[in-house]
Amino acid sequence: MNRFRVVKRQEPLKWRSCFVIFGAILLSLGVSSLMLAFQGKPPLHGMGLVFQGAFGSGWALEDCLVKAIPIYLCSLGVAIAFRLQIWNIGAEGQFALGAVGATWVALTFPNLPGWAMIPAMLLAAFTAGGIWGLIPALLRLRMNANEIIVTLMLNYIAILFLDYLVYGGWKDPASFGFPMTSVFPDAAIIGKIGGSNVNRGLILCGICGAVVWVFFRYTRLGFELRASGENVQAARYARLPYGKLVVLVMVLSGALAGWAGCVEASATLNRLQPSIMAGYGYTAIVVAWLARLNPFYIGIASFLLAGLRVGVENLQLELQVPAAFGQIMEGLILLTVLAGGFFIYYRIARRRTSL
Amino acid sequence: MTWDMIIPLLAATVQSGTPVLYATLGEIITERSGILNLGVEGIMMVGALAAFMVSRLTGSPVLGFLAGGFFGMLLASGHGLICIWLQGNQVVSGLALTIFGTGLANYLGTPHIGQSAPGFSPVPFPVLSHIPIIGPIFFQHDILVYISYIIPPLIWLFFKNTRWGLRLRSVGEYPGAAAAAGLNVTHYQNAGVLAGGFLAGLGGAYLSLAYTHLWTTGLTGGRGWIAVALVIFAFWHPFRAVTGAYLFGGVMAFQFRLQAMGTHLPSSLLLMLPYALTVIVLVFASKRGKGDNAPAWLGINVEPPE
Repeated sequence: MNRFRVVKRQEPLKWRSCFVIFGAILLSLGVSSLMLAFQGKPPLHGMGLVFQGAFGSGWALEDCLVKAIPIYLCSLGVAIAFRLQIWNIGAEGQFALGAVGATWVALTFPNLPGWAMIPAMLLAAFTAGGIWGLIPALLRLRMNANEIIVTLMLNYIAILFLDYLVYGGWKDPASFGFPMTSVFPDAAIIGKIGGSNVNRGLILCGICGAVVWVFFRYTRLGFELRASGENVQAARYARLPYGKLVVLVMVLSGALAGWAGCVEASATLNRLQPSIMAGYGYTAIVVAWLARLNPFYIGIASFLLAGLRVGVENLQLELQVPAAFGQIMEGLILLTVLAGGFFIYYRIARRRTSL
Repeated sequence: MTWDMIIPLLAATVQSGTPVLYATLGEIITERSGILNLGVEGIMMVGALAAFMVSRLTGSPVLGFLAGGFFGMLLASGHGLICIWLQGNQVVSGLALTIFGTGLANYLGTPHIGQSAPGFSPVPFPVLSHIPIIGPIFFQHDILVYISYIIPPLIWLFFKNTRWGLRLRSVGEYPGAAAAAGLNVTHYQNAGVLAGGFLAGLGGAYLSLAYTHLWTTGLTGGRGWIAVALVIFAFWHPFRAVTGAYLFGGVMAFQFRLQAMGTHLPSSLLLMLPYALTVIVLVFASKRGKGDNAPAWLGINVEPPE
């Protein structure tokens, strides 16, 4: 017979849970190094290149912050939905539509005055992303359709729609046939902070994060959301407006991802082009889960996973490692942290020798 | 539309539905045991790459096909480890598996983009292929399509008439009762996850060995997710999975035909069709309330006995 058995802990390990996450990440780094070695690349040197590329210089750190902005906004949105146990896997598509909405404003009303342009773009992105979040919410409430699948399919549809626009009607005639819109007018470009390379989207992140944190902590509705998330049945008995909460949460979730798309198109690319779809929406899911849906931790995790992306770019440059290596590492980190969660809630005990 | 156009279209429907069919059938087995595996997309990618590489190395597409299933199963065992043994969240684990599997296949496959491997070619089925209409539609394909015809009835018989099948279902419905009756819930769920991974891997292998014969990035194009949606459409029933897979395959084939004929519709809009259809099909299946047909403990972890 088994000599060991699994015992649930009376209380989850609070202080050791950091330890578990740290160990899990270390394990995933180890496995990733093995992957590098498997392809005949020096593993330790490779990991060094990732680390150095991400955090080794001021310029690299700024790049991390720039990439962390869209991840943070998407992840914040995803986390709000996850709070209510609504699995919004659609940040990628909501991001795409947000970028499309913002671009529509910038291209259609190029003469808007400076003070109105950016707010109008944000409003359009909010609406477009919000609608893309609203559809799965309504389908789930009215038709009982699984939101995981619907949001995923809507991702594919949104990305193809973006392609349709930039390959078709929105293509810049002066782009030599490349699928991209013309450069936004100056008023439609979100500027940088001070003399740095980091754009003002970072401020938007700070505001959104703070608002979400206050909302969940200090408002009645936020409390209701938290309660509904912990136990949907109990929330129903308490007559919380579950349906309305689902709609609210999904619209906000989509709108935040939409803002990420707006910032990325305006501040980073200054136009709309297919390369805007860099998978931030999927990374956002990893981030939200690693950060346990907490707005502050999401900030840290966004920065770290943005660092992973920047670092892997360095690896790509120096050792010709395919970009998908970053995806492997993301997946591994999530898998090992999930597995590590077990040791927070359970322990393995030696079976008492009975009989 | 004339018969000369409809029959090839229906034949193409069967072919493009086949990889999704394998994956859907696999996911049905997994979900019947109570485990939700959202990693199908990643498993298909890994299966596709493993099949491609092994077929290229050994020159044997048969070995490649089996390797696709084996590596799919290997990846799925990670999901089993996390969800069954370590009590991890099934939704997140499946998503992580897809991120990891897609990344892994794209990473290892990058040097092979555009290269081809020995694959399966159409072999007219003796006698049956001569039947008018039915023959050209169903019996002028590669051998993997023929294999896919016998799997649904086998799964149906397995669930309906074998002891193991009934036990697997009971574990998905009420693991507590199954355990009290002396069943080892863990083993049945593990078997469900591994079998599902094997079939999803075969589905991926079909893509690289029979559907295209070559390796490209993002080969599966969301078919794994469509398979997960089709399980709901199929009400967890293997025969309805066939309908769903061919419905999807039909739209896929139709969309390619339209593109080849050079319609004025932009290709991006045509490419949306399968995904839009998946949403529509899912909505209608869910509205009919057959979600009740889902295994009662689907997606809920079974706590280890004290």
